[in-house]
Amino acid sequence: MYDPIHGINGEQRNIYIRDGFITTKPATSVRIDRNYDLNDMIIMAGAIDIHTHIGGGKVNIARMMLPEDHRGDPVARTAITRSGSGYTAPSTFATGYRYAEMGYTTCIEPAMLPANARHAHMEMADIPIIDKGAYALLGNDDFFLRMLASGKDRSLICDYVSWIINATKAIGIKVVNPGGISAFKFNQRKLDLDETNSHYGVTPRQILITLARAVRELGIPHPLHVHGCNLGVPGNLLTTLDTIRAAEGLPMHLAHIQFHSYGTEGDRKFSSGSAHIAEAVNANSNISIDVGQILFGQTVTASGDTMLQYAGHRHAHPNKWVIMDIECDAGCGVVPFKYRDKSFVNALQWTIGLELFLLVNDPWRIFLTTDHPNGAPFTSYPHLIRLLMDRSFRNDMLSTIHKQAAAVSILGSLDREYSLYEIAIMTRAAPARSLGLQNRGHLGAGAAADITVYKNLKNREAMFAKPVYVFKDGELVARNGKIIKVINGSTHILKPEYDKGIEKTLKNYFDKYHTMKLDHFKINDDEIVAHGNGNIIVQSCM
Amino acid sequence: MNSAKHPDKIHKEVPCPFCCLLCDDLVIQNRAGILKVRENGCSRAIAHYEQVQPEIQPTIKGKVVTLKDAILHISNILKSSQHPLFSGLGTDVGGLRSTLQLADKTGAIVDHMHSTGLTRNMLVLQDLGWMMTTLTEIKNHADLIVFAGTDAVSGYPRFFERFIWNKNALFNKNTGGRKVFYIGENLDTRPGISPDGQQPVTVQCKHEDIGEFIAILHATLAGDKVNLENLSGKRLKELKLLAYHLTNARYGVLVWAPGEMDFPHAELTIQALCEMVKFINRSTRFGCLSLGGNDGGVSAVNVSTWQSGYPLRVNFNNGYPEYDPSRFSTDNVLKNNEADALVWISSFDTNTRPPKADIPVILLATPATEPDFTPDVFIPVCTPGVDHAGYLFRTDSVVSLPLKQVRVSGYPSVKHILDCVSGLI
Repeated sequence: MYDPIHGINGEQRNIYIRDGFITTKPATSVRIDRNYDLNDMIIMAGAIDIHTHIGGGKVNIARMMLPEDHRGDPVARTAITRSGSGYTAPSTFATGYRYAEMGYTTCIEPAMLPANARHAHMEMADIPIIDKGAYALLGNDDFFLRMLASGKDRSLICDYVSWIINATKAIGIKVVNPGGISAFKFNQRKLDLDETNSHYGVTPRQILITLARAVRELGIPHPLHVHGCNLGVPGNLLTTLDTIRAAEGLPMHLAHIQFHSYGTEGDRKFSSGSAHIAEAVNANSNISIDVGQILFGQTVTASGDTMLQYAGHRHAHPNKWVIMDIECDAGCGVVPFKYRDKSFVNALQWTIGLELFLLVNDPWRIFLTTDHPNGAPFTSYPHLIRLLMDRSFRNDMLSTIHKQAAAVSILGSLDREYSLYEIAIMTRAAPARSLGLQNRGHLGAGAAADITVYKNLKNREAMFAKPVYVFKDGELVARNGKIIKVINGSTHILKPEYDKGIEKTLKNYFDKYHTMKLDHFKINDDEIVAHGNGNIIVQSCM
Repeated sequence: MNSAKHPDKIHKEVPCPFCCLLCDDLVIQNRAGILKVRENGCSRAIAHYEQVQPEIQPTIKGKVVTLKDAILHISNILKSSQHPLFSGLGTDVGGLRSTLQLADKTGAIVDHMHSTGLTRNMLVLQDLGWMMTTLTEIKNHADLIVFAGTDAVSGYPRFFERFIWNKNALFNKNTGGRKVFYIGENLDTRPGISPDGQQPVTVQCKHEDIGEFIAILHATLAGDKVNLENLSGKRLKELKLLAYHLTNARYGVLVWAPGEMDFPHAELTIQALCEMVKFINRSTRFGCLSLGGNDGGVSAVNVSTWQSGYPLRVNFNNGYPEYDPSRFSTDNVLKNNEADALVWISSFDTNTRPPKADIPVILLATPATEPDFTPDVFIPVCTPGVDHAGYLFRTDSVVSLPLKQVRVSGYPSVKHILDCVSGLI
């Protein structure tokens, strides 16, 4: 058993499940209904994906625009499962089945636009088995930027942030290219950390610190989830280092940091910034990251970052792309992309992600993601885990990529191999703790019985691809990588406090400027349940 | 079985489900089950809300039966069907989810009554993509609006009132000064006159010729060599005027309505519009808006996409979804005898008609619907957003609104019927 929250590192233990929860050893008089012999197997809590684009407008645009992706990957219906399709942007049912088949039991959609929140929840209602949650996007919406620009009181900003979490049924706050999505609407094409949005006169730095403060003051467990400035731009490692400093010691999560760790050294003016970034992450305990590893092959990038998705449309493969300005709230950009192992830049991106995994010391502050589907579809996680756990396999792969990229990378010199315990931290314990999911990510009494059991195979990719057993809320849902029972997961939300007085201001604002009424913007608890989501779990604020 | 007795009530902030703008500020009075639009109703809303509901019963081949028997008969038809077709799809998100579940189960083809227009858009999205915007962005930001092949108001009466001549705007402080252009023919351009009387500019041109005009305009903007000698003096003037305003807009918007571009390969015209907007974005900001997808059309595209991976015209017959936007259109499926049963769903607009087909036809439609043939089964259904709560997507495909119940109906919902049928199969 590997249960890092309880410090259990490969010990043999019994687990008792009752009514969907893990419980202490019952009295001998209690009849055990079913016994699973898990000798020689590896037991972990169900895995948690802290950043995966699984539901909402931009994901659906990605699905709509890529019939060729779906034709290559049809999912047939069975007696218990629905049909579907899609490799890089799978349909909702396929998403739930595939995650559960891999032993994942909770997934967080990282970019829920408030204007599109109802849609995101409706889609996620059709993602079976796994638990879901979402970060609401702020920091490019007119209401917030207007407040910031006019120097509104901190408590008012907190009220607004809290109101948004309540209204959109979110579990955290994310900011994407702070102020940059908005700036793009005013025809700005780039926005550095200290550059001002031409309309509001505020900088990304101000937006970041204001939101990070609000998140902390509201007691939201997950730190402000940041998709920083200058994603994908060579040299952006300096922006990322500045962003870490800009946090001023406040908790901050830097998402898909691989895309923000690029230098400009070498003939091609593109180099790895992993060493600098890892050093900064190691030195700043307020910072957590997820990697956004890229893996080679066709995928589709779906992001709120219209400014940089527009800039990146030249690389679209196949050549089609969507940019959308949305509701004075945010935006989205969808650009299909093919990562090639024989491309210098793509190969280096691959090494940069892996270098970051291996150079950041603390597995409690680094999470395993591909930023699905931006770096690769989530189904490539087992392969990624093998790259982290098996140095010789990693070096074999390294020898197949673009020669110069391999030559300039320090990856071959990194000996570190992740242990099962570290994998359990990175994919279970740490995400649960970071999100504030009280009874997920561990195997102690009181935890939801989300349990994944693996065969202890030397080939870690095979091992993590098809767990022997996956239990969700105590139900055996998958066996040997195949769904055997379909249930509905829950939606995790927060309900931070706020002064209801803000709704008066907001109502006036909505009536004047929006195209829907405030009451219709807000999502009720009942709506989530009515969609068939199972139920809502309200997590506690700190 | 129709209107139950209930007290008078005024419902405020009612979202209107009868077009894809989903205006949500209507005031509806319910007096003993008779509805009256008190405020903010357009002609379309008034016609639908205030329509008197006949009291009719479910029928099998024209003979009155119980709801239970009608549902049983539907399940028997579907059980013996090898290739059912679910079309019309005029329902809300809940009804669509039930439709797709049953379609998946019975190996059906799924299409929508307005998908001819919606598919034109999808072909553009799937070929080269586009740059879009949404209603709140237009209301607050736009300084130039070009309507191509549509006047907006004929299909969406409150478009100008709500999004163009709005008094309050966050960014554009002179909404009355918005420049309005039309390209097309037979358009009602009167709403394009600004509050202080500024006339819109109309480029008169057949809808089939919009693509050509836009191609020349795009080339002109790009500085390509264009042989303009064949253009009349008037057309040349219009071209130059439009080119000037497109380039100098701070936030321009181009509006089309795919359902109103009714000629072969209209998708190429839409693509020409989208490619020009992409080009303009190299130097300034510009976004597109597509108007269309009434009767739950935008919702159908979205739900079908997230559940199957494909935006309608999907066939579940092989056990997994297959997409063919031409072969699986309702017209082609019926013409080519690819279906042996048709389920036609239309719970919003009474004026829609199921297509005539030489196969068993199951009609789930509003009670006032008058099909021009006797369907095998007809169950009158209630309307989402009038008789029950629900959800619909707006024309911009971003915003979805909660629908309210403003009347008590004895008629079942599409969702209820299909879930019952599903339970029997």
